[in-house]
Amino acid sequence: MAASKETLEGLAQAESPRARWLQAVLDFTWQRPLGAIGAVIIVVMVLVALTAHWLAPFEALATDYGAMLAAPSAQHWLGTDAYGRDVYSRMIFGSRTALIVGLGASFIGATLGALIGVASAYFGGRIDLIVQRIMDVLISFPLIILALAVVAILGTGLENVILAIAIPMIPRCARVVRSSALAVREMPYVDAARAAGFRDSRIVLRHMLPNVMAPYLIMLTAFLGQAILLEASLSFLGLGVQEPVAAWGLMLRGAAVEFAETAPWMAFFPGLAISLAVFAFNLFGDSLRDALDPRLRTQ
Amino acid sequence: MKRLMGILAVAASALLAFPLQAQTPRYGGDLVFPVPSEPPSYDGHREETFGLIHPLAPFYNTLLRVDPNDPGGTKPYPSLAESWTVSADGRTYNFKLRRGVKFHDGSAMTSKDVKASYDKIIFPPAGVGSSRKGQYAVVEAVEAPDAYTVRFKLKYASGSFIASLLSPYNFIYSADILAKDMHWYEKNIMGTGPFTLVEHVKGSHVLGKKNPDYWDKGKPYLDGFRAIFIRSSSAQVAAVRGERAHIQFRGFTPADRDSLKAALGDKITVQESAWDCILLVAINHEKKPFDDKRVRRALTLALDRHQASTALSRIAIVKSVAGVQVPGTPFATPPEELNKLAGYWTDIDKSRAESRRLLKEAGVPEGFSFTFTNRGIPMPYEPLAVWMIDQWRQVGLNVKQEVIEPAAYYGTIRKGDAQVFMDFQCGYIVEPDLDMYKFLSADRNPANYGRYTDRVLDDLYDKQSRATNVEERKKLIRAFEKRLLDEEAHYLMTLQWHRIIPHSSKVKGWQVTPSHYLNNTLDVVWLTQ
Repeated sequence: MAASKETLEGLAQAESPRARWLQAVLDFTWQRPLGAIGAVIIVVMVLVALTAHWLAPFEALATDYGAMLAAPSAQHWLGTDAYGRDVYSRMIFGSRTALIVGLGASFIGATLGALIGVASAYFGGRIDLIVQRIMDVLISFPLIILALAVVAILGTGLENVILAIAIPMIPRCARVVRSSALAVREMPYVDAARAAGFRDSRIVLRHMLPNVMAPYLIMLTAFLGQAILLEASLSFLGLGVQEPVAAWGLMLRGAAVEFAETAPWMAFFPGLAISLAVFAFNLFGDSLRDALDPRLRTQ
Repeated sequence: MKRLMGILAVAASALLAFPLQAQTPRYGGDLVFPVPSEPPSYDGHREETFGLIHPLAPFYNTLLRVDPNDPGGTKPYPSLAESWTVSADGRTYNFKLRRGVKFHDGSAMTSKDVKASYDKIIFPPAGVGSSRKGQYAVVEAVEAPDAYTVRFKLKYASGSFIASLLSPYNFIYSADILAKDMHWYEKNIMGTGPFTLVEHVKGSHVLGKKNPDYWDKGKPYLDGFRAIFIRSSSAQVAAVRGERAHIQFRGFTPADRDSLKAALGDKITVQESAWDCILLVAINHEKKPFDDKRVRRALTLALDRHQASTALSRIAIVKSVAGVQVPGTPFATPPEELNKLAGYWTDIDKSRAESRRLLKEAGVPEGFSFTFTNRGIPMPYEPLAVWMIDQWRQVGLNVKQEVIEPAAYYGTIRKGDAQVFMDFQCGYIVEPDLDMYKFLSADRNPANYGRYTDRVLDDLYDKQSRATNVEERKKLIRAFEKRLLDEEAHYLMTLQWHRIIPHSSKVKGWQVTPSHYLNNTLDVVWLTQ
């Protein structure tokens, strides 16, 4: 009997990583229900983006001049735009643009920011001083202003928009990650690595960077919502992705403004999608921060 | 019975008289109008934008003008010249000037002022900008045989010379001022026009007041005008809707027209006209596979212009299917003949099948990608781009749009890197010489961004320009059009712009024309209250 109890405990301890993930997800859902709602919306959005070709009843670019500015109906669930394009289909394809730009810009911005932040903290001294003053200059510009400046230099288009959004995010992430990295730098294992004669790049990449993953992930998720909003703002201003690409911000401009009174569905549904996506990423990001922050973990 | 008849007669005459009485110009009031862009300088000879014409034309006169009541915008009308004669060989034009015309500084306007102004336009000294110099290549000399006669001597007889003198940009400047400083008019305003300058506050407005010494006695009717610089089209519409502005002379969209009419009803009068502006698709002949005329023809054959005319006119400032002349004007190709050109066929399925065949024959694979470069001006650049990209998609082409901001656009285009891109053509008067000059070989016209050389086209242009017989000229224009748009498909025409001016019903005496550069002198405009 005693032996079988030990066996069960041993089994529980050797629980599979899958089971541990499931437990973590359940704990997260139980403790942070709003974050879980955000996560569900994000998962749905990702699934919609991945299956857009099967979900959308029409091609995103297909015009139908016989059905211009048609109100929502059985054929066009969310109506059509000024070129007779199906709003529902364009919204589905638009989720791809939002996620590509959001994930691309956040990943590039947060990763480069984390690298700069960790390196700056590790080297310290004059290097840290110079890097941080450069970050100060970049951080002094509001996100949208810096993104506009980058677009003005690089031009419009999907790739340039990703870069334009990523660049203003670098200093913000660098600043947050640096503060954590300053504490990590003082850890004995970093001293040990240095004493063992490891190269600086190895210490930064192998020993410090993995230990600042929590602030990195928090910044990454926090940036996702901002990146989607920025992409929509730039596209709305005509400086983001260009027609006829399906993008939510793009769907809000031009004819959507001009026909706002007679065809409000053209602006309403993409606007709703942007709000929902940003809301979901913010909820999820906030909850993730709470879950990963040791000071808030017990609350 | 007699009494009843008398009453009826009085009532009838009163009814008949009413419209006449209603049209009697009223004096007073200030006309307020938004202008979507500001003048880069004050010199009309140098500039090419309506941003100069709309606020500054009221300060000046030109030698001739377009009849302000002609909706076609082509009829010559006296201005500073009260009459003119042409020699038998068509090479000498004598203009008799009006007497008693004064500049705003009180000095008298004579033939030396006209000569100095035209010398500046046609033979500008080094360092002095003249945008329309090329249009007067036919002029050999400008002379002033006496104080009130100006003579133009031409190298050869030209059917379009008088039309070229109708340019609203050809302000008559003071010869004395030009003698002292050829650049003075770039920074100062002083003409003979119906209004004198009160102030120009940059970024805000231009204010003009009635010229009490204007040579055309009894005019202008207005006390003054205020041109307000407003870039945003929604703010311009809001200004008219809120009755804070009377009119915007460039044009509004169909949606703006409908919303203004719905909001203000009879308080808004709508004037519409074909617009002497068209967006063209330029194809860089130096880029493969666009050096192959089969590919260029395929691009034009893919476009269903007839469907677009009906559909896009609901959402954009475009309407008619057009060739090289504004539809409905004297030299325009009739629709039944135009529809025989590639890209104008009414059977779009047949047209697209031919387009696919040509692409295949030229070795262009299904799904071939290229970039369409467009100018960052929403209306009507964006709707036309969306339309064309979808049309090209339907013949198996995968087109990506690249938008470049307006200020940098032509700099980028001139570098020659773009493949297929938007270009535009806007005229101050419908005249084949002026409208077709754009398409001459690149070595004759640097604004030919297609970068091609076509001597057959050049020759047809020169022949039509010198043709004095109207029917002969029409034939040559048709041949030019067929070669340009069909046989060689050097350029693609989109749709003719459509000018929509919804203005306050208080504004009278203003006639819409196919050009947004015309009828801005404001001498005949008046307000009912």
